[in-house]
Amino acid sequence: MSLTDSIEARARNVASQPLVVTNRRGGFLVGTAHSVRDIWAHRGLLYLLVRREIRSRYKNSTLGIVWSLARPLVQLGIYYFAIGHMLGARSSIPDFAIFVFIGITMWGLFADIVSGATTSLNANAGLVKKVYLPREIFPLSTAGSALFNFGVQLVVLLSAIAIWGSFAFDPRLLLAPLSVAVLLVFATALGVLFSAVNVYLRDTEHFVEIGLLLGFWFAPIVYSYSFVHKALDGNWIEQIFLSNPVTLAVIGMQRALWTGGSNQPWPPGLEFRLLVALLASVVLLWLTQRIFARLQGNFAQEM
Amino acid sequence: MTQLIAVHDVSKRFVLHKDKSLKERLVNFRTSRRHVDDFWALRDINLEIGLGTTVGLVGHNGSGKSTLLKVIGGILEPTTGTVARRGQLAALLELGAGFHPDLTGRENVYLNGSILGFSRAEIDRQFDAIVDFSGVESFIDTQVKFYSSGMYVRLAFAIAVHGDPDLLLVDEVLAVGDEPFQRKCMAKISQFQAEGRTIVLVSHSAEQVGSLCDRVVVLNAGQMIHDGSPSRGIQILREGYDAELRASHDDGAGHLDFAYEIVNVAPTTTIDDGRTRLVIDVDVDVNTPKVDWGLGLEVENTLGMALYQMTTFEHMTLPNSIGRHRVRIAVDDVPLGPGKYLFSVGVGSSNGENFDRRSPAGAFDIFGADHGNGVVRLTPQVSLVDAAAAAAD
Repeated sequence: MSLTDSIEARARNVASQPLVVTNRRGGFLVGTAHSVRDIWAHRGLLYLLVRREIRSRYKNSTLGIVWSLARPLVQLGIYYFAIGHMLGARSSIPDFAIFVFIGITMWGLFADIVSGATTSLNANAGLVKKVYLPREIFPLSTAGSALFNFGVQLVVLLSAIAIWGSFAFDPRLLLAPLSVAVLLVFATALGVLFSAVNVYLRDTEHFVEIGLLLGFWFAPIVYSYSFVHKALDGNWIEQIFLSNPVTLAVIGMQRALWTGGSNQPWPPGLEFRLLVALLASVVLLWLTQRIFARLQGNFAQEM
Repeated sequence: MTQLIAVHDVSKRFVLHKDKSLKERLVNFRTSRRHVDDFWALRDINLEIGLGTTVGLVGHNGSGKSTLLKVIGGILEPTTGTVARRGQLAALLELGAGFHPDLTGRENVYLNGSILGFSRAEIDRQFDAIVDFSGVESFIDTQVKFYSSGMYVRLAFAIAVHGDPDLLLVDEVLAVGDEPFQRKCMAKISQFQAEGRTIVLVSHSAEQVGSLCDRVVVLNAGQMIHDGSPSRGIQILREGYDAELRASHDDGAGHLDFAYEIVNVAPTTTIDDGRTRLVIDVDVDVNTPKVDWGLGLEVENTLGMALYQMTTFEHMTLPNSIGRHRVRIAVDDVPLGPGKYLFSVGVGSSNGENFDRRSPAGAFDIFGADHGNGVVRLTPQVSLVDAAAAAAD
């Protein structure tokens, strides 16, 4: 193909595309469709960014991926001895170690996504300021790398259950993916929101840090749902407690994997609650993405 | 021509918050209005750029040229107005913006390429060409944090120019690497132009803009003051610098406080027997004498390419007494090819201090050439040499 041919081919190709106004957000629905298409077109980059986060985190460390297990295992050790042994929670919660590790793993996924996403835009300021990309991929890529860490921990958790506990092979197991989905969508929704707000107000990341520290104790991770139920007996406070998607996801995971606790009390209609939480989280993610789209126009100048 | 970019009535306001944290905002809640500064970085910009053109955005520091480039690239959203665009875009606003120091060169090629919008298959296909162009073959599997800064930008540039964009946005990044590499960059840019791609570049170098662009947009304080021919654009830009220099010396009462001031520049050209004689008379007021002073002259073509420079220090010492002095610089036979040329004059001291300058101070034309074309005028003699006889000697 000669040079003039290729010039003409380029001109034809460009002429066949419509002139697209880049800064028109469109309505709520059109804007969403546009954002989703844009992110989908950059999925290859999203994959590379997730890989970059994972690889760069453990590059030059001898133990590498093992480090992603160190934190939850130490946490497990602390809670096992401090709360299980010294405060005696072990006596009323069977298979206490497995119970706590399920909670820690789930909470770890949530906290990793939220805290990582919150700082993700500022951490990638160089890119945000110099290249146009759908900026949602930065919080999304932290969600991806958090999910990877979660996967590693899950392998350890499942091996531990296989060795010291047992699996109940019944439909209950289906609660596990559902719970992870709820947690993932809910955490991503919060992460997308906080990441955008943090660009304008740097206090957000500290606020999120404190929030996560507190939030840990609002979910039944080191104490079981039976304690809550015993104390509150299904009153409105317990209903509020149960309307927290993180709580539901943790309980759902415990219901699926914690065979030792089969005869414990469980919230009525857990499956239904989880489905509602998933739906609510999806709506929340949609809303926070719209806020993100609104705020992102000024990212490059605010950093 | 196929339209690629349509910028319509674009304005961009920057709001500068002086306080960033929640505490400061709460403490200053009542007065927070006063802690907000805003200014218009762009004002009512209308611009249409077609396929296959190379447009230079020039202007002084803070004139809004980089902002306009970012608005075109979609990195900044305009406050009002619309930007419409089509075709594949690649932005070269900062080399290696997406490089991660802990990843190897190879991994960064893939990451950076995909940030610039290349598909994986495209990078696979171009990988060897990229590495070859950058000249860092032996270090491609080394983490980029161990790269020298030259290797770093060379690899980044190589990735950026190996895509297939219809539109390339470039911000002051063409002057990277050593001289051979810069030549390679310029060759690549010319190739891009020949292939009918559009380039929009921001540059401070009048020479670069003059040699690359076929259209120049001059911005001043966020407004477009020129859109069209490069030579006129560069001239306006130069005049703007002079006006700024003069404004900085203005004491407010219309009186200029130059130590030495160029009052008048009068060029005359006479053509005699096909030879052009150029005489430039410069009147200089010495107001407050410093150590010494001299006159400098620079000749350039209309595209800003410097052709000749000289100072009077090499010839004589000028009288340092208060009053008006006329200095004459005469060139008997200007050895330039036909065309229009600009010259600038400046007054300075021998230790490099600059008192006043005029650029361009004037222009002159060279007519007719009997022996070929070009910037310089040669008078070649052509004769036939008998090769056999020459060998026998």
